[in-house]
Amino acid sequence: MEAQGLSPLGVAGEGASGTEVGTSLEELDPEILRTYEKLGIPIEEQKHLAGVAVDAVFDSVSVATTFKEKLAELGIVFCSFSEAVQKHPDLVRKYLGSVVPYTDNFFATLNAAVFTDGSFVYVPKGVRCPMELSTYFRINAANTGQFERTLIVADEGSYVSYLEGCTAPIRDENQLHAAVVELIALDNAQIKYSTVQNWYPGDKEGKGGIYNFVTKRGKCLGVNSKISWTQVETGSAITWKYPSCILQGENSVGEFYSVALTNNYQQADTGTKMIHIGKNTRSTIVAKGISAGHGQNTYRGQVKIMKGATGARNYTQCDSLLIGDKCGAHTFPYIEVRNSTARMEHEASTSKIGEDQLFYLRQRGLNAEDAVSMIVNGFCKRVFRELPMEFAVEAQKLLGVSLEGSVG
Amino acid sequence: MSLLEIKNLHVKVDNHEILKGINLRVNAGEVHSIMGPNGSGKSTLAQALARRETYAVTTGEVSYNGKDLLAMKPEEAACEGIFMAFQYPVEIPGISNAYFLRSAFNAIHKYRGLDEIDAIDFLPLFREKLKLLDMDEKLMNRSVNEGFSGGEKKRNEILQMAVLEPKLAILDETDSGLDIDALRIVAQGVDAMRNPERAIVVVTHYQRLLNYIVPDFVHVLVDGRIVRSGGPELALELEEKGYGAMETEARHATPA
Repeated sequence: MEAQGLSPLGVAGEGASGTEVGTSLEELDPEILRTYEKLGIPIEEQKHLAGVAVDAVFDSVSVATTFKEKLAELGIVFCSFSEAVQKHPDLVRKYLGSVVPYTDNFFATLNAAVFTDGSFVYVPKGVRCPMELSTYFRINAANTGQFERTLIVADEGSYVSYLEGCTAPIRDENQLHAAVVELIALDNAQIKYSTVQNWYPGDKEGKGGIYNFVTKRGKCLGVNSKISWTQVETGSAITWKYPSCILQGENSVGEFYSVALTNNYQQADTGTKMIHIGKNTRSTIVAKGISAGHGQNTYRGQVKIMKGATGARNYTQCDSLLIGDKCGAHTFPYIEVRNSTARMEHEASTSKIGEDQLFYLRQRGLNAEDAVSMIVNGFCKRVFRELPMEFAVEAQKLLGVSLEGSVG
Repeated sequence: MSLLEIKNLHVKVDNHEILKGINLRVNAGEVHSIMGPNGSGKSTLAQALARRETYAVTTGEVSYNGKDLLAMKPEEAACEGIFMAFQYPVEIPGISNAYFLRSAFNAIHKYRGLDEIDAIDFLPLFREKLKLLDMDEKLMNRSVNEGFSGGEKKRNEILQMAVLEPKLAILDETDSGLDIDALRIVAQGVDAMRNPERAIVVVTHYQRLLNYIVPDFVHVLVDGRIVRSGGPELALELEEKGYGAMETEARHATPA
């Protein structure tokens, strides 16, 4: 990868993106709103129907935050990173870098050095966040790398569900996305983090597309804490991400549900790490990979049971679906068990869409593309079930769109 | 005008010619039975009519409802009212039977310019047909055919047929793998669908299904050709004498 060829910073004010930080969407650049609508993610609709508070992020600078007042009543902080640094420096200082230190990996270091903004969430003790929190990302200017940083802290007994939906317009040059997401759950707290990612995947010949190198990690710090990652990755030319959980607190639970799709010349190397440290910890991994065209799809997962992790349990299921005969699916599970009381379950399957399945659906009136879409959605159902409703609908549509032309 | 008219149909599978000149005419309101020994081409005929692409038509014409059937893709033929009950129905993990059936129903309705139906409105129609086939509603929330016994799969095929109401129904060895009770229920379900606008083609080895669904015409297929046609009594004759005599006859009739 040519790092020299990429400019590291997309500063607000360059390009056409809006830079106003207003309290309502009316103050937003109408061009931005129009882009959202074209991509089928109307913020207005979200705002009025789903009651989702939205923090729109463009080119690493947060644009607007809605529903601040409602959340403020409950003491929930949901704002841009820059604002958090100003208004809640102690919280930020306490937790920033505690899950992903700047020494963690090359791209985390890069992010630590140049990140300009992102989102910050803090949910106070005993508070259940009443709405799903969401942030939309969009890489706008050409040759820009996106380095946002998200930090979510769920204090004792709290609950928050966070949606991350990524979009990008079509560009010729590759763009880098090296974000860092840190989640911290204290005693009896729960964080649910859902992502639907459809960054520009490159063209049919594999030219262009986003490089998505993200470091996402959650620490179940407290007793009985729980962190769930759900992701649907359909975009990006190259995806490298392993949303992980450090299961430190006793009885803590980590979950990872993933659908990764590669078509044309996309490559995805994704999975998770579940590190069991405390006693009686549990982790669940369900990874579905779909390869089409010349796509290469890899599941890479690590389940590590440390010496002190008595009574640990893991269930892993990784399934691959191959469409056509030019794609690839690979699985690299790493299982390290250092405590003999651990219970590990691992299942894997590889399948293709059979001509007989396709014919069966077509004989009932469905055209070839709808038939493939139906089979693929059935394949992904276990993961889609974990997504918040709005995202599940978008995810299904996204799969259909991403598989266009893969039927042959 | 016949509903289905097949003229000199030759079909190849994996470079082997299986059907060697089929001629058949089926009118609306009729029930035809295609019988024959293993390998005679019965299933091939069914799949070719359902427009499966791996069954290559090398020569011949098939007109269905006044249209050229051989020019249609499988989904077009389906939307034009052709339904095939599969001999080996497949499973579709993650998609419930109810959702699948409703999607098929809507695809066909959309093709015909009719209104689509939502899950709630679909329920009464669905339940009525479930009862007809003595099927448990709980099965319908399971994935398509997943974990179904052989008999349940076949009943599911007829359930789908009952909901989709085709013009031409082709039953490909629906009776294979069915026990006595399942056979009766399935057969009664099919028989209940006889009406003057609909034609049913029953492909089978055995006579027993035809006790319930008494055909108007019976055709014997041997080595890719129809060697005899007759009324329902022909099926009884086959039951008594077997296919042997007809196979020998066919072999002698085949040009060298």
